[in-house]
Amino acid sequence: MTSLASTSSQSLYDPRRHVRVDAERARDVSSTDFPGYWPDEDHSWNLEKFKERLRVKVTRKSNRSIEFDLVGVDASIANAFRRILIAEVPMVCIEHVYVFNNTTVMVDEVFAHRLGMVPLNVDPALMEMRDSSGQATDRNTLVFRLQAACTRNKSAPKDSTDPAQLYHNSEVLSSHLKWEPQGEQDSVFANCPPAPTNPDIVLMKLRPGQEVDMELHAVKGVGKDHAKFSPVATASYRILPLIVLNPAKPVPPHLAHKFQKCFSPGVIDVDPQTHAVSVNEQNMRKETMSREVLRHPEFEGCVELKRVRDYFLFNIESEGPYAPERLFPESIRVMREKIATIRKAAQALLSESLGTNGDVDMEG
Amino acid sequence: MAEGVPKIRILKGAAPDLSAATFQIHDESHTVGNALRWMVMKNPKVEFCGYSVPHPSENHIHVRIQMYDNLSALSALLEALANLDDLCAAIDDAYTVSLRRDPYEVWDEKS
Repeated sequence: MTSLASTSSQSLYDPRRHVRVDAERARDVSSTDFPGYWPDEDHSWNLEKFKERLRVKVTRKSNRSIEFDLVGVDASIANAFRRILIAEVPMVCIEHVYVFNNTTVMVDEVFAHRLGMVPLNVDPALMEMRDSSGQATDRNTLVFRLQAACTRNKSAPKDSTDPAQLYHNSEVLSSHLKWEPQGEQDSVFANCPPAPTNPDIVLMKLRPGQEVDMELHAVKGVGKDHAKFSPVATASYRILPLIVLNPAKPVPPHLAHKFQKCFSPGVIDVDPQTHAVSVNEQNMRKETMSREVLRHPEFEGCVELKRVRDYFLFNIESEGPYAPERLFPESIRVMREKIATIRKAAQALLSESLGTNGDVDMEG
Repeated sequence: MAEGVPKIRILKGAAPDLSAATFQIHDESHTVGNALRWMVMKNPKVEFCGYSVPHPSENHIHVRIQMYDNLSALSALLEALANLDDLCAAIDDAYTVSLRRDPYEVWDEKS
């Protein structure tokens, strides 16, 4: 163990990086990379060392989601980005609904709430946040008009029972939202006219004689104010599972397949000839950590289940205007903005305290 | 942010030389609190650092910093903020490089 505990910090098998997973408890949960924890070791902040250890690797990407590994950072940092993705990356959503007419079966406030949930394709970078005065301008507000009235379709087939054939506008769809450009918006949004990301969301059903006429104002906001402003469907991370076989106690060949079945598919390889058991390094991350193997006394001491404490497997699903690969950099940008705000205030506090000869203003 | 509430203030009971102080940071949560706490603790001159959210309906956090050698907790806070910013920039760069250079699976997801 002592040889492993040396400075080979890059190895996945460095026990200092491990969270141990036992049958009924997790051990070594907290990180220990602080000055003063390990005698005669320097764990003070060092940007060069951090960059050496840091590894970011995109593993999978689709039109809607992205998966990547973030290695070499503390959980507090990874968690900050996850929290920001959910609650503080801005998005544009319908916030105010002005109802001129609503003769449908759905009351105004229920329908207004529903409209707020519709994801819009508007790049939030093109808009400003409304200030505390709440004044609407063409820089911070988009205006949509929703007008739909249901009428009978005179030319519908006689025996038809399908509302889509019997009536015009039997459903209010998200495609019924019509953007009304204000001020300079025509040129700002020329490349991508504001509209719902999905035109086929059914918002309400109508029957002949019912109609809606509303003006909708969309503003920029963040997820901590209302979940509709959250740009992600999910933003989560897992910690890399690690399965360590004990060379001193190999799995008996006749139990190899039983051992394999204790893990997620593909995680354990069994040699077809010798029935020797090995861990598939590529698939190790698929392990669900069910701890099934720890229930069987015949496997006691054969294997250790662990997680690598600073190895995060991120999965981000975009919902809204952001391309999935843009979301993580956006969260970093928001984090840096927050840091800059606090720094400025702390700097002011420092110059204030120096200006009064070290006599600090202690309110409260 | 509500009008008139300072972004940071030092709560009463701080040492006169600021070698030990509790900072109240307005409009922040665990997001900044825990990350900042970690970075402050990376400083070997820091004796203690901890943060708390005193009440869920009050929109601020408390960060307590105690220093060795009568050093200033405010300076340690500023240093940690600067380091945290460097860290963010490093992660941003590494991510951008990976996105451009690494081979990754691209697939089509139906919505």
